[in-house]
Amino acid sequence: MRNVIAIAKRELLSLFVSPVAYIVLGAFGVLSAYFFYLILFYYNIYVVQAAQMPWAGSQVPSINQFVIEQYFRTLLVVLVFLIPILTMRTIAEERRRGTFELLITSPVSVLEIVLGKFLGTGVLVVAMILLAAVYPLFLPFVADPELAPLFSGIGGVILFALGLSAVGIAASSYTENQIVAAASSMMVLLLLYVIQAPAEEGGNPFVSEFLRFISPNAQVDGFIKGVISLKSGFYFVSLITLGIFLSVRALESYRYR
Amino acid sequence: MIEVKNISKRYGEFSAVTNVTFSAKKGDIVGFLGPNGAGKTSTIRMLATYSPPSSGTATVAGYDVIEQPDEVRKRIGYLPENPPLYPEMTVKEYLKFVGQIKGIPSRELNSRVASTMERCFVADVAGKLCSTLSRGYRQRVGIAQAIIHDPEVIILDEPTSGLDPKQIIEIRRLIKSLGDSHTVILSTHILPEVSMVCNKVVIINRGAVVMEKPLAELVGERSLEEIFISTISSDVGAGSDVLPEANVN
Repeated sequence: MRNVIAIAKRELLSLFVSPVAYIVLGAFGVLSAYFFYLILFYYNIYVVQAAQMPWAGSQVPSINQFVIEQYFRTLLVVLVFLIPILTMRTIAEERRRGTFELLITSPVSVLEIVLGKFLGTGVLVVAMILLAAVYPLFLPFVADPELAPLFSGIGGVILFALGLSAVGIAASSYTENQIVAAASSMMVLLLLYVIQAPAEEGGNPFVSEFLRFISPNAQVDGFIKGVISLKSGFYFVSLITLGIFLSVRALESYRYR
Repeated sequence: MIEVKNISKRYGEFSAVTNVTFSAKKGDIVGFLGPNGAGKTSTIRMLATYSPPSSGTATVAGYDVIEQPDEVRKRIGYLPENPPLYPEMTVKEYLKFVGQIKGIPSRELNSRVASTMERCFVADVAGKLCSTLSRGYRQRVGIAQAIIHDPEVIILDEPTSGLDPKQIIEIRRLIKSLGDSHTVILSTHILPEVSMVCNKVVIINRGAVVMEKPLAELVGERSLEEIFISTISSDVGAGSDVLPEANVN
């Protein structure tokens, strides 16, 4: 555990002295603020229109559905693009620089190295999401949203981001080239993001169910709506475990080359 | 301390090291001598548990490098060919990190880092980023990293490459002082280094050991240079006094 924390701390230090963390945090801050503003703006228009046309019978949509859920779903897309940039250097860079040789010949297991990397990245990812969660957390002061979905949504987005980070670290451990790591993990994550789309069109119910099961955004939707399901929690824990397992395998096999 | 028996390393079809056998006792400073591309780094990487041998056995500090690599790792300090520095860390931060992953208890960490920096002449750059260090300082921080946890066996891959003459003298003095309480293996292609620093020499060429002898036994015989040239050129053909790869200075 001590080794894991030492590696995680070093990882964070590296992130914050390189421009990567600032660019990703900055991009995420600006984009999330912009999307939140936009969503709130359209919600306003919608509410005003609904109030002006009571005869149309349209109900005013809840702020939960229209603002909070939309906002969280938008964050997911942003994360699909930003997390690979954050994770691309984690292991690829160690290998290119030769510092991997130091880690692997130290009394530290490969699992500890990968867990340290995951923990270090995870701390930044969680901080990043909590920063973006500040905007919807202001809503209870000015409106009357349901609080439970708000908090389960934040938790869901964090789980989603951690799952993506594990995939990104796995991609980074299969190459010495950071661009290859970023491009390949972005491709995998984008594919996972859109994979449930055919399921919405019907077709074989078994296939649809399967596609929904492996899609991280389909899994996180329950959390965003305020439904915490054990199945989805299990899915993200599995995704993280799979990413860590693949990284460990890659690093172990690297020693035999 | 170190017992190497018939280890080989193959990369696909290519055989980098074939049946290398040698040994070293506690207090030995072994010079691992050979032209570039002879298999020095491959052998050293196997001893450092970086890559396991394809065949054969090697025990370092009493533990097998294949069966118990973790026990070996606790007892070795290793300087790879390129010092494994993190450019974005200061020298002090870096050595603290290495101390942590090498298992130095937290309460001893600061004093260990300080004494190691003194010993390797890097205390004056403690607060500098590794990326700004000169080649000589990088190499010395690399050595500091290898000895910070006071390991039984110290493995140095070309520790004096790229240093200026004054730094070379300092580093050699440092390595000699390590020999009192540690076993040191250092690889080099610089002949005088072996006679100045080591008490045992292993000459390797084309992946095989061609000579293993205590340096004391060489006194009175031909000079190390003559032996080196004759041993490594025996398979090239007699009379080849030109060594295209070896840096004989």
